[in-house]
Amino acid sequence: MILPYFVLIPLSAAIFITIFGRRGKRAANLTGIMACAILLAMSVLSFILVSKINGPLLYAVGDWSIPWTIGFVVDYLASFILMIVNLMALAALVFAAGYMTKYTETWKFYALLMVMLTGINGFIITGDLFNLFLFMEITLLAAYALVGFGCEAEEFEAAFKYTVIGSLSSMFILLAIGLLYAMTSTLNMADIGRSLSGNPGFLMYFVYGLFVVGFGLKVALVPFHAWLPDAYSSAPAPASAMLSGVSGVLGVYALIRLFFNVLPLSQSVLNIFLVLGSISIVVGVIGARMQFDFKRLLAFSSISQIGYIILGLGLGTPLGILGAVFHTLNHGLMKSLLFLNAGSIEYASGFRDLREMAGTSQGLKPTFITSMIASLSISGIPPFNGFFSKIIIILAAIQANQPVYALIAALASILTLAVFLKVQKHTLQSVSEVTENQPQFAKVPFCLNGAMIFLAVLCILSSVLIMPGFKGLVLDKVVGTIQDRPAYLNLIPEADHEVSANK
Amino acid sequence: VTVYVLCFGLFLIGVYGLITKKNLLKIIISLNLMGYAASLFFILIAYRHDGIAPVFENSVETSGHAHVMVDPLPQSLVANAIIIELALTVLLASMALRIYQKYKTFDITEIRRLKG
Repeated sequence: MILPYFVLIPLSAAIFITIFGRRGKRAANLTGIMACAILLAMSVLSFILVSKINGPLLYAVGDWSIPWTIGFVVDYLASFILMIVNLMALAALVFAAGYMTKYTETWKFYALLMVMLTGINGFIITGDLFNLFLFMEITLLAAYALVGFGCEAEEFEAAFKYTVIGSLSSMFILLAIGLLYAMTSTLNMADIGRSLSGNPGFLMYFVYGLFVVGFGLKVALVPFHAWLPDAYSSAPAPASAMLSGVSGVLGVYALIRLFFNVLPLSQSVLNIFLVLGSISIVVGVIGARMQFDFKRLLAFSSISQIGYIILGLGLGTPLGILGAVFHTLNHGLMKSLLFLNAGSIEYASGFRDLREMAGTSQGLKPTFITSMIASLSISGIPPFNGFFSKIIIILAAIQANQPVYALIAALASILTLAVFLKVQKHTLQSVSEVTENQPQFAKVPFCLNGAMIFLAVLCILSSVLIMPGFKGLVLDKVVGTIQDRPAYLNLIPEADHEVSANK
Repeated sequence: VTVYVLCFGLFLIGVYGLITKKNLLKIIISLNLMGYAASLFFILIAYRHDGIAPVFENSVETSGHAHVMVDPLPQSLVANAIIIELALTVLLASMALRIYQKYKTFDITEIRRLKG
C-alpha cells in the first residue's frame, strides 16, 4: 500500500533536511525536489490504481479495523487534488533553488515547506475528521512560519495577522467537530455521514454555519478575506506560489468533501456558496484593479478566482461542479505561475511596484512570455485553460436558471482582463519613455526560468483535459466521486456499534 | 445543558476579546481562551455522571458497566488539541516579541505598515 508514504516521505525529508541541511548548500533543495518528484509520481500512480480497481484505496493506521482507527482514503477526488498539490510543490521547489539564494538559512525554508507538504498530503488522504483537523494545523503552523520567513517588520505583522485569523477559524472547525462527535459518537467521516441521514435539525445548521465560517476563513471568501493579501505578499515568492496554489485548493477540497460527501447536502448551504462566491469574485477583482504592488494584486485576484470555484460548487449541478474542479486545477497552475513571475522580477530588479517595472519585456524574456500566457489564461482567452473552466461555470449558471450569477461571472471575467492588461501595459512600456534611470536586470538563474516555463506549458496542456476524449478519463470521474455520496458512505464496512450504543 | 451554554459563552468571550482587544498579548490570551473552551466542550461530551475510568477488565465487576464509563476518545483528542494550542501560543508569542523589537509597541493600532 502506498498511502502512508504520502505522509512519510515529506516528513522524513523534513527531518533529513533539518539534520543535514546546514552542512551542504544544495542538499536541502535536492532532497526536497526528489521527495516532491516521488510524491508526484505516486499521486499519478494512485489515480491509476483507483481507476484500475474502480474504487477507493483504503489504509487503516495501526492495522486496527477502520471505524475505530484512522482510515486513509484515496478516491478520484483525493488523488486529483494530490496531483495538483504535488505538482505545485515541485514547481515551487525548482524555482526556490535559484530564488532562495538571496536569503540566509535556506534549509529552514525547505524544512518548513516539507512539513507543510506533509500536512497537506495528510489532510487530503485522511478519512477521519479529527485527523483532518490535526493535519490542517500542521499545514498552517508551517505556513505561518513561512509567511514570516523574511524577518522584516511587515512580514511579522502579516504573519501575526494570518496566525490569529487562521487559528480563529481552526477553533470554529474544532468546535464543529466536537458537535458532530457529540451527535454521532464517531469520527470516521463515512460513519458520520451514515449516522446523519434525514432532515438536519437546528444543531446541524449550527455545524454547517461553523464549517462555512471556518473554511470560509481558510479559503478567504469575501467577508473573511482581510488576511490574505498581507500574507501572500509577505511570504517569499515560492512560498506564495505554494500558499495560493495550495491552501486555497485545500479549503476548497475540505468544503467539497464535507458538504458534498460527508454531511447531507443542504440547499441553504449551496445558496450561501452562490452569494459568497459571487461577492468574492467582484470584490477580489475590484481590489486587484486598485493595486499597484504586483504580489498584492495577485493575492486579490486569488480571492476572485476562488470565488469562481465556490460559485461553481454552489450551483450544485454536475456541470457546475465540473467547472469548479477544473478551475481548481487551472487556478493552481496560473496563480503559481504568476507568483513565480513576480518573484523572478523581484529577484532580477528588486521591484514589486508595477509602475517601476517598465522594460521587463526586454530584460526578462522568459518571464515576460510566461506571464503573458498566465495573464491571458486567467482572464479567460480561448486557447488557454482558464477560458474553458470559466465558460463551463458560466454555462452551468445559465443552465441552472441563475442568469444573475452568470452575468456577474462574465462581467468579472472582463474586469480580470482589465487588471492583467494593466500588468502587461506597465511591464511592456519601453524604458526610454518612462524612466530616466535605466533599470538594471540581474541575470536570472536557469532554475527560475525552468520552473516558469514548465508551468506555462502545463497551462496550455491542461486545456486538453476538457476535450471530449480526455474529459471522461479524468474530470468526469472526479465529478462522479463528488456527486456519489452513498458510495463514499459505504466505503467502510458497517461497524457493529457495540461500544457507542452502550453509552 | 447549562454547562454547555456556559462553555459556549467562554468561547464567545474569547471571540469578543480577539476582536476588541488592542494589545498583542491580550489577543493571544483571547485565542487561548477559545482553545480552552473548545477543549472543555470535548471533555463535557465525554463526561458521565458518576462515571468510572474506562478500563475493561475480564472481571465481572466492570464488564457490565460500559454505560457509566467516561468516553476515553475525546480525552485523547483534547490531549492532541492542547499540544497544537501550545505550539500556536509559542509561535504567536515569539512573533509578538519580534514585532515588539521592530515596532517598540504591543498596540495593534500603531502596527500598521501594511495597507490595502
